[in-house]
Amino acid sequence: MIETQRLTKTFNDKKRGKVKAVDSVSLVCHPGQIYGLLGANGAGKTTTLRMLATILEPSEGTAIVAGHDVVDAPEKVRANVGFLSTATALYPRLTSQEMVEYFGRLNGLDEATLKKRLDEIFERLDMNSFRDRRCDKLSTGMKQKTSIARTLIHDPQVMIFDEPTSGLDVMTARTIIEFIRECRDRGKTVIFSTHVMSEVERLCDVIGIIQSGKLLAEGSLAELRDRYHKQDLEDIFVEIVAPLYVPEEGN
Amino acid sequence: MSFRNVGIVYRKELTEALRDRRTLISTLLVPLLLFPVLTAGLGAAIASLIGKAKEEVPEVMIIGGADSPEIVAGLQKLSKIKIVPTTPNYKEQIANKEVRAAVDIPPNFQNDMAEQKTATVKVYIYGGEMKSAFAADRVEEYLKNFRDGVVKDRLAAKNLPTTVLTPFDIKQQNVAPPEKVGATAFGGVIGYMVILLCFTGGMYPGIDLTAGEKERGTMETILSSPISRMHLVLGKFLLVLTASLVTAALSVTSMGISFAVLGHLHAFDQAGNDAAQLQMHIGLATVLSVFVMVLPLAVLFSALIMTIALFAKSYKEAQSYITPIMMLVIIPAVAAMLPVDLNAKLALVPILNASLLCKELVTGTYHWNYIAIIFFSTCVYAAAALFLAVKMFQREEVLFRS
Repeated sequence: MIETQRLTKTFNDKKRGKVKAVDSVSLVCHPGQIYGLLGANGAGKTTTLRMLATILEPSEGTAIVAGHDVVDAPEKVRANVGFLSTATALYPRLTSQEMVEYFGRLNGLDEATLKKRLDEIFERLDMNSFRDRRCDKLSTGMKQKTSIARTLIHDPQVMIFDEPTSGLDVMTARTIIEFIRECRDRGKTVIFSTHVMSEVERLCDVIGIIQSGKLLAEGSLAELRDRYHKQDLEDIFVEIVAPLYVPEEGN
Repeated sequence: MSFRNVGIVYRKELTEALRDRRTLISTLLVPLLLFPVLTAGLGAAIASLIGKAKEEVPEVMIIGGADSPEIVAGLQKLSKIKIVPTTPNYKEQIANKEVRAAVDIPPNFQNDMAEQKTATVKVYIYGGEMKSAFAADRVEEYLKNFRDGVVKDRLAAKNLPTTVLTPFDIKQQNVAPPEKVGATAFGGVIGYMVILLCFTGGMYPGIDLTAGEKERGTMETILSSPISRMHLVLGKFLLVLTASLVTAALSVTSMGISFAVLGHLHAFDQAGNDAAQLQMHIGLATVLSVFVMVLPLAVLFSALIMTIALFAKSYKEAQSYITPIMMLVIIPAVAAMLPVDLNAKLALVPILNASLLCKELVTGTYHWNYIAIIFFSTCVYAAAALFLAVKMFQREEVLFRS
């Protein structure tokens, strides 16, 4: 379960002064559900998810993730979270297995449990053929699988995906989408961010639309269609976001 | 504090470092090869080049001297120089290094000498040019002998003994043992090398583990794991420290071996007497004491490199920050080669103190009070730098600088 309470993040920008990247976002995400955070570039998706993964500390407000407060117990939160984004790369000089082992150990698994889990995951994701290959020698698909294995090794209750398919080819993106669905089916709490409408339509139980750091609308796809009297998610998105939309500035 | 977590990070970083060519070269190869190459290679090369320059018979012109045939004949008889026909553009020829020197004998010189007058013989040289200096030396040696002869004649004419010129002798007496003469002369260089290598040894892994991690996009990955940032920095720091110490240890060892081999081979004997004092003996105790003194310095360097490199977004950016810092390391280390003696104030100046101390240790001098001051002050600086590195890792604006 994820529950944020007026989660806010303020950055100091040299040109613009204080900037609220995330502005009082309150949302709830239940186990066995996929929450999709939909927004344009620079809307505040990544910052929100980074706060949930305790990579960034909230400026105001807080969030309870898997029963722990992100401000008071960030390490406990991280032990229950699997975080995957296109920015979470692999260590090039470690092998696929070493990479996953490293994160298993950091998550406090003992060697016996680690080995059991590792074998199980490598089997399930069909990774045994490149187990001992260095990460810098892996194909994009193999890299993604290794990243997935890395997020699963400690069997977290909560999965956070930050634009997981961005920059991937169709086949690799499909693996990720399948994986996200599987996480939900196993009863995990899933939150993911994207700006791809079709992914949201296919996957999400709840959609949150975010712009300028503010959560502007929330609901299932059906609810949003009802509320805005439109069928196409993109049309709905544009209607909600347009009043606040400012083209992203280069940073 | 979980040593398990620090250990996990350390082990992983070690695995990666051992697979990184850049780190292996700067940590293992450079220190192993530098001293043998420097001592044997460069030393022998310099000695042989100087030897060659001395063997060469320089060409010298004589200006004037038509009325001083004795001098001209004497100069012409010298086997170590070759007198060539005089041309009016002798200055230009010296500048072009076609002729190494020219002797200007004033008119009526020989007569003036016989008549007890004074005169000036000019020797034209190209200042700073070694071969020109050798030529001038040989000419002057001859002229001095000639002058001594003139003095002798003049004294004899007045019935005075030559001893009136030297009522007493001055003689330097060396109290330093022969093997320490070399150590004193080169102790500063050794301290400098060890300190510099200690820095460069930690440099590549220090950048790789911070800015490199940002550049490769693994920073976010590792920050999403449950490890605390403090444990993460300490694990990384220990690896950088290991690299720095391994480099220092290898350089000290290779230095010891190089000089020992050199001592046995007497490699410089052929180059003449002045090069023979290069021989020096560096014992095990010296090597160990230099290493112990370098230890806190390695901690200081490792933490400093990490703190600065973490601020950078990429490997390249980090390198451009670290390069000026390297100058800060080199300057005090070089300053120690100047004739400065350790005192209580200098013992507090980081890097300079350690390199001055290294110079003393190499010559076998142990000032325990300074050793204590230097060791502890460096420990304090090192602790401050490490604290800074840990703080840096907890700052979001540094970790996610864009």
